[in-house]
Amino acid sequence: MNATIAKLALQALLGRRRFFLLLAFPVLLIGLVALVTALVDGEAAYEILPGLGYPLVLPLVAILAASSVLGPEVDDGSIVYLLSKPVNRYAVAASKWVVALAATLAAGALPVLVAALVTGDSTRAGALFLGAAVAGTAYSALFLAISAVTRHAVIASLMFVLIWESLLGNLFTGIAWLSIGQWGLRVGHAVSDELPDPANLPYAVIASAVVTVVGVWFAGDRLRSFSVKGDD
Amino acid sequence: MSTLVLDSTSRWFGNVVAVNDVSLSIGPGVTGLLGPNGAGKTTLMAMMAGFLAPSAGHVTLDGQPVWRNTETYRRIGLVPERELSFGYLTGRQFVRANADLHRLPDAAAATERILEVVDMVEPAGRRLDTYSKGMRQRVKIAAALVHDPAVLLLDEPFNGVDPRQRMHLMDLLRRLGDEGRTVLFSSHILEEVERLARHIEVVVSGRHAASGDFGAIRRLMTDRPVQYAIQSSDNRSLAAALMAQDSVRAVSLRADGHLDVQVGDLGSFAVSLPALARQHDVTLFELSPSDESLESVFAYLVAR
Repeated sequence: MNATIAKLALQALLGRRRFFLLLAFPVLLIGLVALVTALVDGEAAYEILPGLGYPLVLPLVAILAASSVLGPEVDDGSIVYLLSKPVNRYAVAASKWVVALAATLAAGALPVLVAALVTGDSTRAGALFLGAAVAGTAYSALFLAISAVTRHAVIASLMFVLIWESLLGNLFTGIAWLSIGQWGLRVGHAVSDELPDPANLPYAVIASAVVTVVGVWFAGDRLRSFSVKGDD
Repeated sequence: MSTLVLDSTSRWFGNVVAVNDVSLSIGPGVTGLLGPNGAGKTTLMAMMAGFLAPSAGHVTLDGQPVWRNTETYRRIGLVPERELSFGYLTGRQFVRANADLHRLPDAAAATERILEVVDMVEPAGRRLDTYSKGMRQRVKIAAALVHDPAVLLLDEPFNGVDPRQRMHLMDLLRRLGDEGRTVLFSSHILEEVERLARHIEVVVSGRHAASGDFGAIRRLMTDRPVQYAIQSSDNRSLAAALMAQDSVRAVSLRADGHLDVQVGDLGSFAVSLPALARQHDVTLFELSPSDESLESVFAYLVAR
C-alpha cells in the first residue's frame, strides 16, 4: 500500500464527472425499492434486489470505480508520472484497488444493504450485503486487472457482466462456477437460506479470494511492464 | 555523476523499426537529442526512462538495466512530453505528491526548495489547469527534480513554450548541467539544441546519424550543398558572375524573376555574395534558402 497513490486515486475518482454517475446508481436503487415498498409491499420490492440491484448495479458500480482509478491515467499516459518513481508496482496496484474497493462497497454493497433493510427482513438483508461485499471485492480486482490490460476496459468488463454472468449465467447453470456474482450469493446463503445455493461454499470463498489476489497481482505486473508507445 | 549507456539498442513495433542499432553514451552536462519528427526520439527516450523494453541490445544507467527496475528512478528524473492530467491538483500538491512518492525525509521542505529553483513559488497555490504551457513545463521539471536526481530526461521540453519562458527553461537546464547532472533533452529544432547543448546526438529514421560537439555538427550542416533563391535588380548579370565562383555549382533563371543558385560550400558563398553584388553593381532584394528544411539537413547527414 502507498498512501500517496491511494490519495491521488481518490482525488481522481472524486474529481471526475463519473463520480455523479457512481452516486446516481445507489440513489436510484434505494429510491426504486422504497417506492415499490410503499406502493405494493416489502416482498415485491425485495425482488428488485436479486433481479436488478445485485446482478447489475453492483458490478456496474465496480466497473466505474475500477476504471476510474486506473483507466484514464493509462489511456492518456499520465500514469508515467506515478510510475517514474521507486514505488513497487504491486503496491501501486494494491493502493488503487483499495480505493476502487472502498467505492464499490460504499456505492454498491452498502446501498444493497440499505435497500434490503427497507423491504423488511434484516437477516436476509445482512446475507445479501455479505454476498455483495464478497462479490464487490472480487469484481473490483478483476476490473482493475482488465483496466491495466486494455483501453476498452469498460466494454470488456460490461461484456463479462452482461453477457457472461447475466445472459449465459441464466441459460446455463454451470456458469455459476465461473461467476463472481454467484460466488457472492453462495457466501450470503450461509447466512440466509433465502439466497440461492449455486455452488459449494469453500469453492465460492476460495475462488473469490483467488480472483482478488490474482487480479491485483496481475494489474501490478502489467504496470511493471507499462510501455510508452513511440508515436512521434 | 551518472552515465546512461545504450548498447546496440534496437526497438521495433511489429515490422516497423523505430530505433535501429543505436549505441551511445550520455554523461554529465547537457546533451541534446536532435532529430526530425518521427525519427524515434520518443522511443529512445522511453527506453532510457525504463518505459519501453529494447527489442535488442541493452540500456543501462551506471551499469544497471533500466527496464523493469523501479529502483533506477531514485537517480532519474523524467519530464515526459505528455500533458499533466492532474488538473485538479495545485502545483504545490503535485510536486509534493512526487516528493512523497520518493519518500523524501522532509518532503515539504524539498517541495518548497525545488519550487524556488524553477521560480514557481508564487503560482504554486493555483490549480494546474489554470497554468500556461511554460508554467506547467516548469512544474513538471520541479516534480522531476524534487528528489535531486543525477539524471534528468526531458522529452521535447520546449514544445509550445513561449520564447521568454523558453529562455528561462534553458537557463535552468544549463545550470543543472553545470552542476554535474546528466541532462538529456530531445528536440526537433536545431536552434534550440545549438543554444543549449554542448554535446549533440542526432537521430534520423531510427538511426544514430551523428554524434559530437556542437561545432563539428554545425560545420557538417553548413558545409552541405544548399539551394538558394535570389531576387535582384539584374538577375542575369549576377548569374553570370556567380557561375564564375568556385562555391557555386549551378545557376538557373526562373520565369517568375527568381534566380536559383546551387551552392557547394555555404561558408565561402556567404562571404563572397555581397562583394560580388557590389562589384557588378547589382542590388540584392531577397536571398532565401529554398531547401533549408530540417529534413533536408538530416537527409544530408544520413547520406554522408
